[in-house]
Amino acid sequence: MKVLLSGNEAVARGAWEAGVKFASSYPGTPSTEILENLVRYPEIYAEWAPNEKVALEAVIGASLSGKRAIASMKHVGLNVAADPFMTFSYTGVNGGVVIAVADDPGLYSSQNEQDTRNYVRAALIPALEPSDSQEALDFTRMAYEISETYDTPVLIRLVTRISHTKTVVETGERTEKEKEPEINPEKWVMLPAYARKRHPLVIERFKRLTLFSESLEINRMEIKDTSIGFITSGVVYQYVKEAFPEASVLKLGMIYPLPQKLIREFVEKVKTVYVVEELDPFLETEIKAAGIPVIGKEVFPRTGEFNPDVIRKSIDRNYRPQTVSFPGIPERPPTLCPGCPHRGVFVALRKAKIRALGDIGCYTLGAIPPLSALHSCICMGAGVSMEHGATTCGMERVVAVIGDSTFFHTGVSSLMNIAYNRSPSTVLILDNRTTAMTGKQPHPGTGETAKGEKTKPVMPEEVAKAFGIERIRVVDPYNVEEFIRVLEEEVSEKEPSVIISRRPCTLITKRPDTVYRVDKELCIGCKRCLSVGCIALKMEDGKAEIDPLLCFGCGICAVECPKDAIVEGKR
Amino acid sequence: MSRLDIVIAGVGGQGVLLASEIISNVALAAGYDVKKSEIHGMAQRGGSVFSFVRIAEKVYSPIIPAGGADFLLAFEELEALRYAPYLKPQARIIVNTQKISPITVLSGAASYPEDPVEMLKEHFTVYPVDAVSLAKEAGNAKAVNTVIVGMFSVFAGFERRLWKETMKRLLPPKILDVNLKAFELGVSAGERNEA
Repeated sequence: MKVLLSGNEAVARGAWEAGVKFASSYPGTPSTEILENLVRYPEIYAEWAPNEKVALEAVIGASLSGKRAIASMKHVGLNVAADPFMTFSYTGVNGGVVIAVADDPGLYSSQNEQDTRNYVRAALIPALEPSDSQEALDFTRMAYEISETYDTPVLIRLVTRISHTKTVVETGERTEKEKEPEINPEKWVMLPAYARKRHPLVIERFKRLTLFSESLEINRMEIKDTSIGFITSGVVYQYVKEAFPEASVLKLGMIYPLPQKLIREFVEKVKTVYVVEELDPFLETEIKAAGIPVIGKEVFPRTGEFNPDVIRKSIDRNYRPQTVSFPGIPERPPTLCPGCPHRGVFVALRKAKIRALGDIGCYTLGAIPPLSALHSCICMGAGVSMEHGATTCGMERVVAVIGDSTFFHTGVSSLMNIAYNRSPSTVLILDNRTTAMTGKQPHPGTGETAKGEKTKPVMPEEVAKAFGIERIRVVDPYNVEEFIRVLEEEVSEKEPSVIISRRPCTLITKRPDTVYRVDKELCIGCKRCLSVGCIALKMEDGKAEIDPLLCFGCGICAVECPKDAIVEGKR
Repeated sequence: MSRLDIVIAGVGGQGVLLASEIISNVALAAGYDVKKSEIHGMAQRGGSVFSFVRIAEKVYSPIIPAGGADFLLAFEELEALRYAPYLKPQARIIVNTQKISPITVLSGAASYPEDPVEMLKEHFTVYPVDAVSLAKEAGNAKAVNTVIVGMFSVFAGFERRLWKETMKRLLPPKILDVNLKAFELGVSAGERNEA
């Protein structure tokens, strides 16, 4: 049957069809829906792990036990999982393993634009890159065969545009596949003596995979006009076909290792050959290193997402499509939702003039005007570790701000450092009882698993206590004045402290009956309430006004009003 | 029909993604190749949301190139202006006559354009529709998306039964009747425009 599936749904389907029994992941756009779809198959045990390193290691364990398994993550998640990734290349697999990693060219929702392909070169792990959902399904199935035949994990490289595009797919049936557990210390115990013997085997495997790639049908030549040709892979293949329908194309389904003979053959057939790829010159570097003459990043950009026009413009500098545009129209940036508990924290921090070292989540939006109350964001957990470094070096009136899911991801070990090395740090854990930015996934603090089963919730205050932190406060962020008082007490303390801001995300809360309204008699039109950055507030005829349909009744804007003109009312 | 490229745009929460899901599935049922592409993530927090639907015998790029789209279905007036650069010169626009101020306007940093519909009419064929009123008439103000889908169905040319069958398959039973009614009101609005 033909159905429309996104790239992420297709990877999940392919894993199911390949007989996968175990799946682990941590949510991150654009990869989240892979695990969310795996959860729906009763034959698969699927879970959210606290972070990507744990997810991949669990998958390695499943493989050792003889089961086919999949780990999925976004590009920066592979940084967290890089440690097991590099050595997993040495041990190889027992049950087949696919690691699906989604890059984000154009940074639609990421902190950087790194190119995952650099990791497969570092680890000598083979990688396949689908150009639509049908290939996402087929390549995932094929990856399990490659994995078990060549005793290696296989990476499926996705990008946002593949993960989140639905295309027509013909699905197949599930084949069960299982092995006995593998107990073989020389293969699985990577102490120096054994690892030293595995490394040459990895290199030998790489050579066999290179040979295999030469005859692999997913690496294919489409010879048409021989005056111009493109070597490409993934979604960029689609852009090339649209921009230059008459050109010859060498489409690479396997992007590592590369079929150098096939590439040479293509280049000999075609006069001018371009290597076109988003982000880093990965294919290009490999091809040029083999002494094959091609044109690449001399003409194509190294940043941003491509489309057919990017390719046309790179080759023909005079190409200008005819368009109508309206410059200067207002932007519509994402904002914290009306009633978002994070807003109370940022308003409190701003009023108290305390700096905040942030992290990854909805609350990163606290950096954007008009809130402008967050002062760093590097990666998950970094805010807490940076707080330790900054306060140890004498920086004052600075706190860490981290969400609950992010705290369990990597903030835990950072907090342990603060507790153990006794820095005068204050860590704010914004506990909204869910993973909001990626779409309400459960995490260890929620008391629920990915499959919707009840489990024992981990409370951040108990973790902090177990680490030996004595100053732990739990505050309702809707109570901004109380929050400021607690902040002042804790930042002036010289010992480690934790403030837990606890209130559930509005996405998992019933809309309250109480809303706020503006008393027009009292309002002086000073616009200070607008500085909380809430879309329920606007100016109407020189006075503030609150949209009762949007208002979530948090009352945080009232804190900013110098005339107490914002008052409680009924919807 | 040789090919049909559609941009669907609005504000988070307006049902842009369901509208593009219905249109894509109708095209698939009619035997076409379809690609439907959108960006999730940060856009969900009240930001601008858009979806590309491309329908043809064979579709390559999921992204519609600048100046390439035949249709824009805009759920909000400012968003109609924002996605205009994707349109062909002779493109048609269905626009819900609703203004939702973004935070940049609410906070006074920018001002909402005076009359987006008139600005668009200078360049394109524009079909304005008060989809909020029609959705309320159908029984739920949230059915703006199916009003617009209904209106678009008049111009798209797929068999009428495919739209209804697809909606029956995709929508939860609880909200199906309201949406079928909203779809019909959209069809009537479309037919008035076409006449």
